[in-house]
Amino acid sequence: MTFPDALSRRDAIVLAALSAAATAIGPRLAHADAAAVEAEIKKLYADKKLGSGRVKIDVPQIAENGLVVPINVEVESPMTEQDFVKAVHVYADGNPLPGVVSFAFTPACGKAAASSRMRLAQTQNIIAVAEMSDGSLFTSKVEVKVTIGGCGG
Amino acid sequence: MISRRDFLQAGAAASALVAASGLGPLNRVAAQQRLSQADILRFQPLGTLTLLYVADLHAQLRPVYYREPSINLGVGEVKGLVPHLTGKDVLAHFNLPAGSPMAHALSSEDFVALAKNYGRMGGFDRIATIIKAIRAERGEGNCLLLDGGDTWTNAWGALQTKAQDVVEAMNLLKPDAMTGHWEFTLGAERVKEITDKLPFPFLAQNIRDTEFEDRVFEPRKTFERGGAKIAVIGQAYPYTAIANPRWMFPKWSFGLREDDLRKEVEDARAEGADIVVLLSHNGFDIDRKMAGRVKGIDIILTSHTHDALPDVVKVGQTLLIATGSHGKFVSRLDLDIRDKALKGYRFGLIPVFSDAITPDAEMAALVAKHRAPFEKDLSRVLAKTEGLLYRRGNFQGSFDDVFTDAMLQVRDVEIALSPGVRWGASLLPGQDITFEDVTNACAMSYPQCYRTSMKGEMLKTVLEDVADNIFNPDPYLQGGGDMVRVGGMGFTIDPNATIGQRISNMTNLRDGKPIDANREYTVAGWASINEGTQGPPIWDVVSQYLTTKKTITPRPLDAVKVVNI
Repeated sequence: MTFPDALSRRDAIVLAALSAAATAIGPRLAHADAAAVEAEIKKLYADKKLGSGRVKIDVPQIAENGLVVPINVEVESPMTEQDFVKAVHVYADGNPLPGVVSFAFTPACGKAAASSRMRLAQTQNIIAVAEMSDGSLFTSKVEVKVTIGGCGG
Repeated sequence: MISRRDFLQAGAAASALVAASGLGPLNRVAAQQRLSQADILRFQPLGTLTLLYVADLHAQLRPVYYREPSINLGVGEVKGLVPHLTGKDVLAHFNLPAGSPMAHALSSEDFVALAKNYGRMGGFDRIATIIKAIRAERGEGNCLLLDGGDTWTNAWGALQTKAQDVVEAMNLLKPDAMTGHWEFTLGAERVKEITDKLPFPFLAQNIRDTEFEDRVFEPRKTFERGGAKIAVIGQAYPYTAIANPRWMFPKWSFGLREDDLRKEVEDARAEGADIVVLLSHNGFDIDRKMAGRVKGIDIILTSHTHDALPDVVKVGQTLLIATGSHGKFVSRLDLDIRDKALKGYRFGLIPVFSDAITPDAEMAALVAKHRAPFEKDLSRVLAKTEGLLYRRGNFQGSFDDVFTDAMLQVRDVEIALSPGVRWGASLLPGQDITFEDVTNACAMSYPQCYRTSMKGEMLKTVLEDVADNIFNPDPYLQGGGDMVRVGGMGFTIDPNATIGQRISNMTNLRDGKPIDANREYTVAGWASINEGTQGPPIWDVVSQYLTTKKTITPRPLDAVKVVNI
């Protein structure tokens, strides 16, 4: 587990901004306006290009328990001084507060991989954004289904 | 009274059908064939290894009638593909002459007449006879018997003995490995107590401890049989913690765990396996998708969705086997393995016609011993049915009507909900309904029949949620089961729509008025996955209803309208 002890100033700002954004669009989130959250995320990164690939989100297809859904994120990177993953930010676009967690990395981590647990109120997308040392951004999105359950054959 | 003689003379009824269908001499030959144990076991052997496979026995130690579905829709890419063919379509697809034994075993066509001729199917003592015969023919060291799970639960004896009766009966069959699903509803402690003592491994690569992702069961085992090394990887039902009460195994997490499976396949190969077998409780459509995504699996033994297919389904190089449920079939797959690869195979779905197969005495005695303490309860007659009672099918069956009617009356509610499980035997017109028949359709460890109230919009949410679990076009998001059964309310369903859009025209059947989203309705149901659910066990509710009613006359099943299929 590499939950960051100290978030970078930027991370802190990002999270604060996202929370604020969530509050602002809160009422509309009653029906999980994924598009609004995605737009807010883009704004957080100053509309810089979010590349695809390299970020792998490992979550269950269907949550066994919406209260504690395991998530593992891994970013392809050599993790050298010249080329490493600085941070990965995770968002859940259907939660009242979409910011889930941010992980900070250094080349000393050797691998940009981290795990946590999150609470998911309903079926929604999990979005991870990786910040690379050269300033480039990569993202990936996976849907997790949250169901009432029962009735198994 | 149907005798063995009638069974052997099934030709009489069948030839009438042949004449009607005009399908010609092939049917006539099949129809006139006298079916014997030798016929059933006849098989042109191939290669050096025989894989034997059973699954979804649901603790049915004795033969039963089990009607295959007349509606079993495939959605998305699998629309119209096996196993989503039913009735006449399944007969046409597999060239099964109408009225023939396999036609009866595999389709709902003319079920009652043919069931009267062919009799019940399954029974552990008959299965034992078949397995012993094949082992004798091929040599014990050249056979591998695998159990796909849903073996230990859903009969009264199994419930009362916490599966001890079935476990002992299975042990007598000497399986080489198993995986599971409903087994876990015995609770983690009991499951561990049983599996710790099993003389064969309980395999599940996809069950992990919720805290540290530690393994709970062995993921795989490699067997040396028939001169080959066969790696068997277990895949338990991936959505057990969603479909069944998670509180019964709170520290176990399931899931598809595709990446872990890939690693198991690679490791098995690296350790010298000639072929890799996935013993899977995923359900057929999940397995079909997985076969295309996880490379290197030679054979997937599918289960959970209760499909029975008389032929192998190939996905790339992977062979998929569907062995049916309730003991109706034993799958035999002969394999020719040379130079560390599968060179050829021959498959047979062996129908367990109980009237044609001699019971194995040792197994019969064991089953009788376990049954004796409950015999009085089991044989208690509650009512008689004038029509066919069955459950299996995507939507409400006639036996489900008995359950929902019982809840409406006994629990005095407006709406009743009954789970769409695929297990539960069928009853023929004129049969007595015994306590055993009722419990065969509801014996489980969370049977409380609750009484509550729900707003119309909540009912809609429940129906939409369950429908998405069955008809989501992505197989990986399908849970298995059939649509929740509903009493007191009709509705229209469009299986090919998206979540929130499938269910419409919800109607209160008492007054014909539309269900009001904002009104509270009294609702009863059973098999709630919530801990602490209160209410009498469902078998008491149904028994009380049947005892009062005395005669059941099934009515047309028209409360659910299925559109756009």
